[in-house]
Amino acid sequence: MRKQLGIGALVIASGLVLAGCSAGDGDQSGGGGDGAELVIWTDAEREPAIRAAAEAFEEESGATVTLVQKNFEDLRNDFTAQVPTGEGPDITVGAHDWLGALVTAGVVDTIDIGAAAEEFEQVSLDAFTYDGQLYALPYSLETVALVQNTALVGTEAPATWDEMIQRGIDAGAERPVVINTAGETGDAYTMYGLQTSFGAPVFVQDETGSYTNEVGMSGAPGEAFATWLHENGSAGTGYLSTTIDYDINNELFNSGQAAYTVQGPWAISSFADVDVAVNPIPSAGGETAAPFVGVQGFYLSSQSDNALLANEFLVNYLATEDAQRALYEADPRIPAFSTLAEEVASDPVIAGFLASSQNGVPMPSIPEMGSVWDFWNAAETQIINGADPATTWSSMITELEGSLAG
Amino acid sequence: MTTTERAAARRERRPGTARGFSWGFVVKLLLMGIVNAFGLTVILSAYRAESWVVLGIMVALLVLVDVIYFTKRALPLKYLAPGLAFLFVFQLFTLGYTGYVAFTNYGSGHSGSMQQAVDAAFIQDEQRVPDSPAYPLTVVERAGELGFAIVVDDEVRAGTALEPLAEIDGAGTGASGAPTEVPGFTVIERAQVLTDPALQEQVVALRVPFSDDPEDGSIRTREGSTGVLYTSSLEWDEDARTITDTETGLVYAADDRGSFVADDGTRLATGWYVNVGFENFVRAFTDAKFAAPLLQVTLWTFAFSILTVLSSFGLGLLFALIFNDPRIRSRKLIRTLFILPYAFPAFMSALLWRGMLNSEFGVVNDLFFFGADINWLGDPILAKLAILWVNLWLSYPYWFLVCTGALQSLSGETLEAAKVDGAGPFRRFRSIILPLLLVSTAPLAIASFAFNFNNFTIIYMLTEGGPSIPGAPNGIGSTDILISAIYAISGVAGGTADYGLASALSIIVFVVIGVISAIAFRQTRKLEEIQ
Repeated sequence: MRKQLGIGALVIASGLVLAGCSAGDGDQSGGGGDGAELVIWTDAEREPAIRAAAEAFEEESGATVTLVQKNFEDLRNDFTAQVPTGEGPDITVGAHDWLGALVTAGVVDTIDIGAAAEEFEQVSLDAFTYDGQLYALPYSLETVALVQNTALVGTEAPATWDEMIQRGIDAGAERPVVINTAGETGDAYTMYGLQTSFGAPVFVQDETGSYTNEVGMSGAPGEAFATWLHENGSAGTGYLSTTIDYDINNELFNSGQAAYTVQGPWAISSFADVDVAVNPIPSAGGETAAPFVGVQGFYLSSQSDNALLANEFLVNYLATEDAQRALYEADPRIPAFSTLAEEVASDPVIAGFLASSQNGVPMPSIPEMGSVWDFWNAAETQIINGADPATTWSSMITELEGSLAG
Repeated sequence: MTTTERAAARRERRPGTARGFSWGFVVKLLLMGIVNAFGLTVILSAYRAESWVVLGIMVALLVLVDVIYFTKRALPLKYLAPGLAFLFVFQLFTLGYTGYVAFTNYGSGHSGSMQQAVDAAFIQDEQRVPDSPAYPLTVVERAGELGFAIVVDDEVRAGTALEPLAEIDGAGTGASGAPTEVPGFTVIERAQVLTDPALQEQVVALRVPFSDDPEDGSIRTREGSTGVLYTSSLEWDEDARTITDTETGLVYAADDRGSFVADDGTRLATGWYVNVGFENFVRAFTDAKFAAPLLQVTLWTFAFSILTVLSSFGLGLLFALIFNDPRIRSRKLIRTLFILPYAFPAFMSALLWRGMLNSEFGVVNDLFFFGADINWLGDPILAKLAILWVNLWLSYPYWFLVCTGALQSLSGETLEAAKVDGAGPFRRFRSIILPLLLVSTAPLAIASFAFNFNNFTIIYMLTEGGPSIPGAPNGIGSTDILISAIYAISGVAGGTADYGLASALSIIVFVVIGVISAIAFRQTRKLEEIQ
């Protein structure tokens, strides 16, 4: 008797707790009415701007927008891992160089922003185009540029590396230039502008500007760059050193010990104690220094249950000047929205990065890029630390090509 | 006596229990109610997500738990069940799942199901017809069949997936320019389309042919208010598992590696993950790319964990012996100070040491090596020494603590007797103190070995595995131990991901540690026989 009573009570208790638990999500997953929910993954900086755009959207469409905040570095992996399981978001913030990996993983959908496309910088749309298809709505560009201490070397841009070094020495700075190598890890990203001035792109671009999977930094230009690294590394002038990581780099520049540095807009806030001017990176090898341009945007999940809503939100609420301005104000990077970019170019720092980006090339988004960094960074570190440039560089190319071949 | 009578008799024998009611029972009922509610929620969501394995396991677990707590048969299990449940959820499930992944090629380019790969192929292939205008569009319905009505040059055309667009007489358009009235069709309000996920899915998937000629393409809508012409040249044959490109004539067949490959070797970008058997385990040893670096990493892992245990045990024991001497003043204070490196979070210490070991700005070269330019973290051998040194600094306080405790519990009489017998300090240490000490510390040493075998923190925070081994894939470096190499291979930090291989390696590491620990624990039992 008591046992039956117990089971009966148990069923009732379970039912009550269950009802209590499910009351919360009942109105989110309902089949009709105002039930649609759009999940957007974002990093902390973009959250308030997206929140503002989402409020207008929620009001007009009756849908709810849920923002999930994540570390920017975690977004790519989490998105790739969770979209196939159906747990992923409808939209995520992301960088354009993930595109190849996301396409290979089959987790992104194409988008069509229609007439709004004319409002965006062409390079930002190109960056998110893969095999002729647009995969994300861009909102910002970023690139590294030459940042100089105006108290030491004025605002004028040096044309060549040697000229820059000379000015730095004349100014009496402890170091003419400081460049982050991420410590012993190596930082081919920051170094890329100087590498391209030797005519050694990481992958060969075809006539339309798309990257092929043919490694472009082999042969004489690549070795010239490697030799230059060696000459300026620990075995030579010592201007480049693997003792410099991001924090040390910014500290040396901010304390006035270095006259020049190569950094991106994200580091400007670390240079509070000095007056800075931003210019394009000088040429070390004779050709124009073309740093990597990165583009950030909003990707649409291929497994989204609310594809219509998500597209509506992207095209009609985020591709607007107001939303793009809010994104810029939340985190001042070069806007991908053309009129906004012109407007903010009145700020000399932004204008400097904009000028640098106009010399730049989009970072390759082909999936092969994922295999490059480790080999590339390691070879640059070894050469800066005094390894023989020609053999180190060419064996790096051989290993890289071997790895790409599978 | 019937069962009820027997139960009633038993109840009467127990004092303090009101008839058929006790507060303990109410608490149990409430707790079990919560447990059951939780279980049912998981079962329901597993049912909704169609994951039958989880559902089956949860049903079994829930029934088992209820049986355990609502019958009188399994008294010991009432105490053991919570622990067993946690063991299952946190250990066995993780282990099982890792094992499952180890037999697949889950990683870059193989991260979803085959159906998702097919979807992706169609997404990537479907192209907007060049110069196609965006037609104002309304979603319509006829006899349960969804369709689109669009406005082309001021005339309304409507159609469904099977019927190409045809001109509709007497239709009306609204302020937005989209059709609002389409005779023969029911207009579905856009608000309804946007708020009904099921309907949305159908609308997104719907393609309405523009005319009888397939070359003209089909109308699709992305946001429900405009339609644009798209063409796709792919055809999916589910039975033959092939995707045919009607434009180039290439037939992409599903291979057993989770890719669509054509006869000429070209493959579609997106693959899916498949079971690859023992390949990952074999590849760790035979693939020339991985074998040499992984061998080096394995040797260093053993060297690192053995040397760390020996050195920190030795140093900790030495200090413990010294500071156990009653002649030393303010022993308590000194002992407390010794604990400091241990009390500080290891990753912070490692980061601090990384800064101090910087060859140019670090305090180590400046103070102890006369400002010499020693690249502690950039040279393969020096970096290994640096890791051993920092780990010694981090872990000897632990051994100091443990050995101090063990020393103080040694019987003073035995030592006194040895002294009387004329044994010198060294003899007393070698023959009495050390053997007795090892009885209590040897199992800890084994645990410490196992811990350091997987000591990811120090490696990652101090050197990130670097400096790189030239030519090694995924940036595997000369101070990488197995667990940090696995992290690099898994691609969690970026680069190409190979979860299958990473899982296979984790399992190998698990087996290695398991076997070593088992052997070592067996050996320590011999030590206990001394007592």
